[in-house]
Amino acid sequence: MEDRPLIYKYLRHDKKFPHVWCPGCGIGILLGSLIRAIDHLGYSKDEIVLVSGIGCSGRLPVYVDFNTLHTTHGRALTFATGIKLAKPELKVIVIMGDGDATAIGGNHFIHAARRNLELTAIIVNNNIYGMTGGQYSPTTPYGQRATTAIYGSVENSFNIAQLAACAGAVFAARGTVYHVRQLDQLIEKALLKKGFGVVEVISQCHTHFGRLNKMGNHIEMMKWQRDNAVPVEKAKKMTPQEMEGKFEIGILVDREAPSYIEEYQKVRQKAKEAAAYQLTAKVEKEEKEESDRREISDRI
Amino acid sequence: MNKKDAKAQLMQGNEACAEGAIYAGCRFFAGYPITPASEIAERLSYRLPQEDGTFIQMEDEIASMGAIIGASLAGVKSMTATSGPGFSLMQENLGFACMAEVPCVVVNVMRGGPSTGLPTNPAQGDVMQARWGTHGDHPIIVLSSASVWECFTLNVKAFNFSEKYRTPVILLMDEVIAHMREKIALPAPGEIEVIDRVKPSVPPEWYLPYEDTSSGVPPMGIFGEGYRYHVTGLTHDIRGFPTLRQDEIQPFILRLFRKISSHFDDIQLVEAYQIEDAEIVIIAYGCSARAAHRAMVEARAQGRKVGLLKLITLWPFPRKFVEPLTYAGKILLVPEMNMGQISREVKRVNQGKTKVLTLNKIDGTIIKPQEILEKIQEVSK
Repeated sequence: MEDRPLIYKYLRHDKKFPHVWCPGCGIGILLGSLIRAIDHLGYSKDEIVLVSGIGCSGRLPVYVDFNTLHTTHGRALTFATGIKLAKPELKVIVIMGDGDATAIGGNHFIHAARRNLELTAIIVNNNIYGMTGGQYSPTTPYGQRATTAIYGSVENSFNIAQLAACAGAVFAARGTVYHVRQLDQLIEKALLKKGFGVVEVISQCHTHFGRLNKMGNHIEMMKWQRDNAVPVEKAKKMTPQEMEGKFEIGILVDREAPSYIEEYQKVRQKAKEAAAYQLTAKVEKEEKEESDRREISDRI
Repeated sequence: MNKKDAKAQLMQGNEACAEGAIYAGCRFFAGYPITPASEIAERLSYRLPQEDGTFIQMEDEIASMGAIIGASLAGVKSMTATSGPGFSLMQENLGFACMAEVPCVVVNVMRGGPSTGLPTNPAQGDVMQARWGTHGDHPIIVLSSASVWECFTLNVKAFNFSEKYRTPVILLMDEVIAHMREKIALPAPGEIEVIDRVKPSVPPEWYLPYEDTSSGVPPMGIFGEGYRYHVTGLTHDIRGFPTLRQDEIQPFILRLFRKISSHFDDIQLVEAYQIEDAEIVIIAYGCSARAAHRAMVEARAQGRKVGLLKLITLWPFPRKFVEPLTYAGKILLVPEMNMGQISREVKRVNQGKTKVLTLNKIDGTIIKPQEILEKIQEVSK
């Protein structure tokens, strides 16, 4: 109950509620975490830009009172790249789904990580395409059912946080909507990180994934998160057999590297030096031509 | 060497286009290498950082288009440059820019198509793609340059239109114009008009980002300047929030069209050469307009009454300049390096009133003046 006034502060009250999410969806819990993290760090509403793609997660920005941008499917990171480069003082947060970020937007995702631009990517992973009706996504585990894989998916799935780490993200973490306090902290750390930070959020889609795979309602699915999440430190001591069917939560990667903004400042510096050099060279050349001409005319 | 000539330099169409962007105030470029447009990116990669701007080479053209929309929303004039295949990839986000009314400029240096086609050969096959490439009904402004000087001035114009009408503007060049070198003197600041977007002047709590105005163009709030609002590709109401209400959808889409159609006088640009007494008028654009001009001069020397209507604005199609020619019963000849994309439009405007002849070439080479002259001689025997 103590959260209510805080959430109230950040919601857009003139927006036509109710929201689009199913009752019991994890995205609302994530939104709560995000708001608490932003509020705790003391960002002003004006300096936050919330960018999303398409899907259930894509609808998140419209409800909150920041600069909000709902882009095309999979392309949220590209729009965010433009915003951050044009106005580096803004805090740009990108919300994506698993299909959004790693299927249609997979290329943008790895390149954003490689570039190390100061963006915070929050990826809601519910293992399925929820909004379009439960089709299998790149994170649907092998053998699990979806409306386009009624005999079970035969594809291997992505591990999003690890993918981000391999592609060069300086911060990669995984949380769940069950472990809310930890999720608050992970998002805070990602926001503070100078560079590309990724938080993968394991969430539930009981409407599609849960129903098709007989995992029960949203409460039972959250219990599944509780029972199968293993803290990173503990997971290190476990054998692959023991980790079978379980997943790590916590910070997977946290390292320092120069960010793109810092690096590009160097480019600007070099470009200006080059321009100044060209200008001096041009003036010297003109002066020489002028003196040559005088010399010739003197001789004549 | 006089003072004016000192400024003159030999410049390529692509380079002039890049300089035009700098002149217009563009400070953000995102692109992906593609022949024959790469020189624009190359020049801007060293020019933009000198001007405190940003150049970034993205992972593909889809990302490039997304990035320039993002930069524009953050208040920086932005552009990208590509050719046919890349232009096809940009179409989805181009539609987003139309829908969310984000000013930006897309340069498409046309090469032979379809598909990978003829990367190093000229064509004019993207006229319809520029108009209808993205899905759904939408207005768009498309300009076409026919000289190195125009690559510069029309890019400034493209930025002006995009800022003024809050719409993406496409500058169609072709491989010939892009790689051709001509002598131009870059204008001093202030010589050519540069227009910036109108920002809201009301207090943030009164601001309605997509409200109708007398011009049809709402003032544009910039991210981070206190006007917090929602930008979406979904059909939205005047506050920017998604809507499914019929009484909000139709007025919104109609306004998008009206903001362009009520300014046809400003947007539709053509150049007319000796059309008053002409019996045959050539309607041409891009590099074909250069050949057409030469053909006109030679035909006049032979005593044939030939004129030229050079189209600068291709979309919205400058109907009001073509229609009088059809009423006057002049024979119209449309040479173009495609199977007839503008001639079809001319025929639509003509509606059978007069004769419309076509001269289409799709073999990867330019239309020569002689070929147009032969066509003229055929009809005016």
